[in-house]
Amino acid sequence: MKLVVNGQPHEVDAPADMPLLWVLRDILGMTGTKFGCGLAQCGACTVHLDGQAIRSCVMPAVAAAGKSVTTIEGLSSDGSHPVQRAWQELDVVQCGYCQSGQIMSAAALIAQKPSPSDADIDAAMAGNLCRCGTYQRIRGAVHRAAELASKEGGHVA
Amino acid sequence: MWRDGMQLPIPLAPAEPATPVPLATGLSRRAFVKSAAAGLVVAFIVPVAARRAVAAEPAPAAKPPVSPNAFIRIAPDDSVTILLKHSEMGQGVWTSLPMVVAEELGCDWNRVRVEHAPAAPEYAHTAFGMQMTGGSTSTWESFDQLRTAGAMARELLVAAAAAKLGVKAAECRVDNGHVVHGERRVRYGEVADAAAKLPMPASVKLKEPKDWTLIGKPTRRLDSRAKTTGTAEFGLDVKRPDMAVALVARAPVFGATLKKVDATKAKAIAGVLDVVEVPSGVAVLGKHFWAAKQGRDALVLEWDEGAFAQVSTANLRDEYRKLAATPGATAKAAGDVEAALKGAPSAIEAEYEVPFLAHAPMEPLNCTVSIDGEGCEIWTGTQFQTVDQMNVGKALGIKPEQVRIHTTFLGGGFGRRASPTSDFIVEAALVAKAAKRTVKVVWTREDDIHGGYYRPMWLSRLRASLDADGKPAAWAHTIVGQSILAGTPFEPMMVKDGVDATSVEGAADSPYLAAIPAHRVELHSPKSPVTVLWWRSVGHSHTAFVVESFVDELAHAAKQDPLEYRRALLPKGARERRALDLAAEKFGWGKPLPKGHAAGLAVHQSFDSYVAQVAEVSVEDGKVRVHRVVCAIDCGPVVNPLTVEAQMQSGIAYGLSAALHGELTLKNGRVEQNNFNDYVALRLPEMPKVEVHIVPSTDKMGGCGEPGTPPIAPAVGNALFALTGKRLRSLPFRGA
Repeated sequence: MKLVVNGQPHEVDAPADMPLLWVLRDILGMTGTKFGCGLAQCGACTVHLDGQAIRSCVMPAVAAAGKSVTTIEGLSSDGSHPVQRAWQELDVVQCGYCQSGQIMSAAALIAQKPSPSDADIDAAMAGNLCRCGTYQRIRGAVHRAAELASKEGGHVA
Repeated sequence: MWRDGMQLPIPLAPAEPATPVPLATGLSRRAFVKSAAAGLVVAFIVPVAARRAVAAEPAPAAKPPVSPNAFIRIAPDDSVTILLKHSEMGQGVWTSLPMVVAEELGCDWNRVRVEHAPAAPEYAHTAFGMQMTGGSTSTWESFDQLRTAGAMARELLVAAAAAKLGVKAAECRVDNGHVVHGERRVRYGEVADAAAKLPMPASVKLKEPKDWTLIGKPTRRLDSRAKTTGTAEFGLDVKRPDMAVALVARAPVFGATLKKVDATKAKAIAGVLDVVEVPSGVAVLGKHFWAAKQGRDALVLEWDEGAFAQVSTANLRDEYRKLAATPGATAKAAGDVEAALKGAPSAIEAEYEVPFLAHAPMEPLNCTVSIDGEGCEIWTGTQFQTVDQMNVGKALGIKPEQVRIHTTFLGGGFGRRASPTSDFIVEAALVAKAAKRTVKVVWTREDDIHGGYYRPMWLSRLRASLDADGKPAAWAHTIVGQSILAGTPFEPMMVKDGVDATSVEGAADSPYLAAIPAHRVELHSPKSPVTVLWWRSVGHSHTAFVVESFVDELAHAAKQDPLEYRRALLPKGARERRALDLAAEKFGWGKPLPKGHAAGLAVHQSFDSYVAQVAEVSVEDGKVRVHRVVCAIDCGPVVNPLTVEAQMQSGIAYGLSAALHGELTLKNGRVEQNNFNDYVALRLPEMPKVEVHIVPSTDKMGGCGEPGTPPIAPAVGNALFALTGKRLRSLPFRGA
């Protein structure tokens, strides 16, 4: 199958039922996207499919063929995306394992809602578990990312 | 999870070996330096080329030395690499401990990089004699050692720079990565090589706390960039040449044994490479996770389920309840409790219960192993390097030092990655041995939830009576639950007269007992095939709930304010009181709350830190909402206030997750929950607003990783009682 990941085309030889997550991690070697549950329950595997946040652990890779996949590696080449900068500024991460997924969910949110309310954040981020409990700083960092993005204008996801 | 005096009974770190010991990653021992401040500091040289993290190739020939000791490496370009002997699992040691080194080293903080140290005796815990991360001990145990290491390196750099300038070392000072003499400045990188060749200073002088510029200053994390760009390497991300990925089919019932395996269908799955048996089950190796998973699903297995297949949570509860009514091993006793209870006009009785819990770190367990002619090489996120070396050595029939461990970032630990049996690591080593190839064993979330090593289920029976002033006159507490340490190498040290210290911590040493003339704490430790383990805050995860809820019951029975009741029981000047007073003041205890809201409080010491929390709750459509938590901590001197704040938020979220949702139940010997859909964890919309206040303190330094967890369940339970008048005595809270 043909996949476009972070703007790069790939020809992938994988079983038809293989989830996008494992194609990204085990075939394309892009390990920034994480495995946490395999059931779309924890959000660690969140990537963008044509700009929408999706759980790659339950999406067969074939369903992504012909669409544009963005992973944490493609969000920015240097950690400069407003969400990444806000995360660094507010010192959000702890163990860090869930944070690729958190950041991808947050980036999709502010691309769609440039100034999200607390309720918007609750709704958009409820699918991303963090066992370290970084939620309070995440909430603050989403607001901060929205602020950074709106100051600079332009494309955020 | 750890206590004073808890050491492995086997000497692991020889104090001074007679001959140089070649170490796994090319380290070579050079000198042992006796330091006045920190006891023995082991100093040796770390060749740069050999210290590449997760080095793919065998270590090349050692380059000239550039490092003054085990913890610090300074490159000619002025970059400073700090070798972290602890494992970073979210708690922030990747930042806070380098701050301690840099404070004395005087380097440019912006040029500091961090690497996990290899597994080697030089990195042993100063109190426990083994390399490990746990028990909320990292900061206090290495505080003097790391400051001394930084100061030694600084002295060597000053000496080398002074020689270069032809001046006296005593006339030089350091400033932000430079040695300064008058107008002249020498970069650390310029003299690092020369400094490494100098003899170690016999003693060093450490800075006075008033002169600290980094310690105590809110400092952002050094692992933030890697963890926000997807580049941080966790165990699950490790890739080795010709590596297979394996999943293991393990027993469905605790204690079951494998009778028969038919792997025909599994082997027919495209991408499945091999199927091997190991003591824990049957491993299917695939060229990637998906193939191994499909292969494992296709195995046809027959198990002899054994006697435990008859056991369910309800049976266990009945058994525990019966035990609780009988005398147990005495953990603490004073006065004649039975006489005091008998003579009292009315006794207050209660039974509390908490369930088995999985740690459920976000990164499922995994371990990569490669066996070669020199021993074996392991890549994993572990909290227990020395124990793992011993266990893997034993399993493979090699020496512990032949087990070379590369510690990756841990995607959460919470105690699960400090396994006295090294279960997930030994298993991976045995799969690699059986399959004769490099293998990464990956656990699914279901494997993690079903896989044992749980926080034990606990039941407590309490009885108390009050005197004429409403103060407790008698207190009897019987605890029932499995011992974590029984059967581990730590048992001889930590289980005394039938009492596992980790089962009764927080109950037998409760500060309230001193004020109660007759008191008794007893323990029953039933055995079971369910494997149990320390879970963030260990015994405190149940005793704080029980003690702080029951004290609240007594305050209510005495018709007294819960804050004043506790204050009266705690000695004046007690650190618990300082934390309690600060939390109550910042919360505004006693002031009116919005309609339908109520507040509850709790205070508990664990791991030498004193934490008080006040929670504000409501119940909406039968659902508990925790709106706000005000938390005060006295942990002694603080290295990084941002870390303390983060760990209090984290501990509260972890404890709240257990208080509101966490529960594993057994039916016919099987765990009934499977994944995050039915083993529910706290989500962002449920996170209360947490305010953290640090008690200014120069008292003994405590920990931060665990002490935030114990008080939250009782604080919430006490608030729910204040709101509804209904006392909830089991976790998770139901029927509020």
